[in-house]
Amino acid sequence: MSSTAPAPPRSPMAAPRSPMAAPRSFLWARRIFLTLLTGFVLLPVYVMVSSSLKPLQDVSGTFRWLPSGLTIRPYIDIWSTVPLADYFVNSVIVAGAATVCSVVIAVFAAYAVSRYRFRGKRVFTVTVLSTQMFPGILFLLPLFLIYVNIGNATGIALFGSRGGLILTYLTFSLPFSIWMLIGYFDSVPRDLDEAALVDGCGPLGALFRVVVPAAIPGIVAVAVYAFMTAWGEVLFASVMTNDTTRTLAVGLQGYATQTEVYWNQVMAASLVVSVPVVAGFLLLQRYLVAGLTAGAVK
Amino acid sequence: MTTTTTTATAEKDRRTVSGSTPGAARGPRRPGRIRRIGLPYLLLLPALVLELLVHLVPMVIGILMSFKALTRFSIRDWGAAPWSGLDNYKISVDINAPAGEALLHSFWVTCGFTVLSVGLCWLLGTAAAIFLQDTFRGRGLLRTLFLVPYALPVYTAVITWAFMFQHDNGLVNHVLHDQLGLTDKPSFWLIGDNSFIALLTVSVWKGWPFAFLVVMAGLQNIPKELYEAAALDGAGMWQQIRRITLPSLRPVNQVLVLVLFLWTFNDFNTPYVLFGKAAPEAADLISIHVYQTTFATWNFGTGSAMSVLLLLFLLVVTGLYLLLTSRRRKTADV
Repeated sequence: MSSTAPAPPRSPMAAPRSPMAAPRSFLWARRIFLTLLTGFVLLPVYVMVSSSLKPLQDVSGTFRWLPSGLTIRPYIDIWSTVPLADYFVNSVIVAGAATVCSVVIAVFAAYAVSRYRFRGKRVFTVTVLSTQMFPGILFLLPLFLIYVNIGNATGIALFGSRGGLILTYLTFSLPFSIWMLIGYFDSVPRDLDEAALVDGCGPLGALFRVVVPAAIPGIVAVAVYAFMTAWGEVLFASVMTNDTTRTLAVGLQGYATQTEVYWNQVMAASLVVSVPVVAGFLLLQRYLVAGLTAGAVK
Repeated sequence: MTTTTTTATAEKDRRTVSGSTPGAARGPRRPGRIRRIGLPYLLLLPALVLELLVHLVPMVIGILMSFKALTRFSIRDWGAAPWSGLDNYKISVDINAPAGEALLHSFWVTCGFTVLSVGLCWLLGTAAAIFLQDTFRGRGLLRTLFLVPYALPVYTAVITWAFMFQHDNGLVNHVLHDQLGLTDKPSFWLIGDNSFIALLTVSVWKGWPFAFLVVMAGLQNIPKELYEAAALDGAGMWQQIRRITLPSLRPVNQVLVLVLFLWTFNDFNTPYVLFGKAAPEAADLISIHVYQTTFATWNFGTGSAMSVLLLLFLLVVTGLYLLLTSRRRKTADV
């Protein structure tokens, strides 16, 4: 555990601070702090994993650190106790569509803001920036009423539909995507797309052949972030869905019956729901950190 | 923060500087002047339409509704509901009446919760980022582990915490009471006064990795030479952290604290999953409170007025914060 190891930085994040040896007090503080923090971080993860492998009597009585017997029964039962597969499909569709929509639209908008001067630009960026700070609760009731009204007037069922939910998810994913992509596009050298314009590309050609490829890490970061937020969203999902369009965020509450909560199944389902997102995130975290540097920190 | 301040740098081989003169996106194949001026707007059009649809229209309607007498009876045809002037606002801010008193209480709870949560998130995130700045064995693994709370979907993480805080079969009571004997009898964590502690714990657990990520990104921008020079001058590790690392992080921290503040203050998911539709009084965060007023007690008009008040408060705080930090930054630069 020596910080003076001459090993070259393994990742761009590794910026060795000083050539001199760290003092003992620093090393001990680091060890103690990191151990405690790791315990804090991993505690719920341990509970989730271990409880998902326990028989029901283990999670109904006093908490046990170790299961009395390992079982994969909860992983089989979760699919029949509630229609988890349906919720899964709903969540994938809603989060996926919201992500694609907001990223595609944000790419165009961010390109315009980053590369052109036009009247109203400041108003636009300030508006986008400020809508990010609005609480979701502010939009919930108005959107609810708009959907119900549109439904009454035209017969298009927005309320309770996946389409309606996707639209509401744009309230948070779109401003974030635009804001972060502006920062990211600004960090792509202008000379690149200007050269493309000289070479005969149209503005859209320059965008798609030069700027977008150069900004892929930022775009990936924005997409991952938008997807994660939509995947974890609870407020809109609990009001704006019905039995057939319910997402995982609401559906997981179904494991609690009047008499008992099937905690082992709740934990198994939580794990099943989390694994794809966590794996995707950890795989793409390098991009996300790069995106944050360009977008948020500047 | 976001406006393009990049000045024209590409004057070398071109007659016009594309991007810095109005409508100068000159591709040889696109000579039409109108089209060139219109292009940015065309690119913005989808975003503008959607922003209008999901933000502006709902906001206007929300503000309108706050001036109407909306109950569960008039909600069906809310356009025809009678105007009530400032009644909804009066109800919300009258601290001598139950509704206003409850809102004020919820506001203070939210403020206390936000300050503590943001502070702890910042502290843990910064400490972890600084301790992981140097390379050592296991550093990469720890960095990945620390991101797990951030990557987990909110509700799965919070449900797990809710399980841990259960009275009869939770881990927390088992450790505190059965194993360590710190409490006389198992405590309730999800109702009563302890619910504040439970909410804070979950919020910090979930939120600190974001601070960690941002601070880590900020650390990269500190030139290594600063540390080398300080080391040559005989500054120890702790001194370097105090004199170089922390001051250099100031601009990053200003953005970070603002973002954390807004997220924590507006957080709905955590209390909703932890406590359900009605939060215990000690942990009655404002977004839950507004939700409860609007959808559970059917006071749609009052709920709207509360949302507008909440928005005004956030606008004022953010404005003040940006003003203060930008002024300080200016004076620091001079």
